[in-house]
Amino acid sequence: MLFHNILFFIAAIGALSGAIGVVTVRNPFYSVLALVFHLISLAALFLLLRAEFVAAAQVIVYAGAVMVLYVFVVAYVGGGDEPLPAGGAQFKVLGPLFALAVAAELSIAMLGTALKGVKHNGAKYTLGFGTPAHIGNLFLTKYLFPFEVASLLLLVAAVGAVVLARRRRGLEPDVELERQVRVPAPSYTGTMAEAAGTRTAGTMPAPEPGSVPEPVGHGSGGGPPRYEGGW
Amino acid sequence: MAIGWYLVVSAMIFCIGAAGVLARRNPLVILLCLELMLNGANLALVAFARMWGGEDGQIFALIVMVVAACEVTVGLGLIVAIYRRRLPIDVDELHELHG
Repeated sequence: MLFHNILFFIAAIGALSGAIGVVTVRNPFYSVLALVFHLISLAALFLLLRAEFVAAAQVIVYAGAVMVLYVFVVAYVGGGDEPLPAGGAQFKVLGPLFALAVAAELSIAMLGTALKGVKHNGAKYTLGFGTPAHIGNLFLTKYLFPFEVASLLLLVAAVGAVVLARRRRGLEPDVELERQVRVPAPSYTGTMAEAAGTRTAGTMPAPEPGSVPEPVGHGSGGGPPRYEGGW
Repeated sequence: MAIGWYLVVSAMIFCIGAAGVLARRNPLVILLCLELMLNGANLALVAFARMWGGEDGQIFALIVMVVAACEVTVGLGLIVAIYRRRLPIDVDELHELHG
């Protein structure tokens, strides 16, 4: 029992410090790392509550897959330090105040609870409580409908993420198109001759406007360049 | 360890997450703080499942994890779309949803 208590306090302090780290660290990358620490400590708490399958899913799905997604997006977006508060300074004060109010409310609810079981270590449980066999059995019998709805929800979220994050022409500045339609540079610029000083740039007469070849886009045939339409 | 201790930890995690959602301005960090709030709720669910000796609360916690994964996927997709359009990644500047 003593060993159980020590493990609980280690895991609880780990989870709380990880949570505080997520909120207070300014670099989003370190926030993600603090959240990974928090999730692993929380998995230890789940194990102490005899929820083996939930703990394993927490480590594999959350701390593994979802956090990798986070790290990818932080690396893609840049994840620089947050700028100092300019406008929303009142939320810097109101946010913690609101959190304190919620904490006071929750502690009143917990101190004044009529639940007898809160003061005990939990009910008697059967052998194999919280194992994958039991959870899987429940998911395929009693909770089959939520299970199927969850799979549908995952499908919708995956399709939605692809639709949201894909590249759309016309909405964002198109660097490639700007490079194609730019007026050609004068002759001999950017050549070895210019670098060696044997011929300075711009000494060639500028070509007349009519003789400049039209920038041709990729693909066969002339006409205006065609763009993939977004929807 | 009495179940009440687990509930206290879960309430504290929830409150820390709520403070983060309100105080931070980077949408990435706001999503992380939402995860914190969901995890606090998850811990309470698993603790109550232990209190009653039934596994139904653990099923509920697993469904909450699925919903959290979906929310993260869509949220990160939105952040990538915002970044592609060269908009500032700051919820105070993105308060108007006309595009």
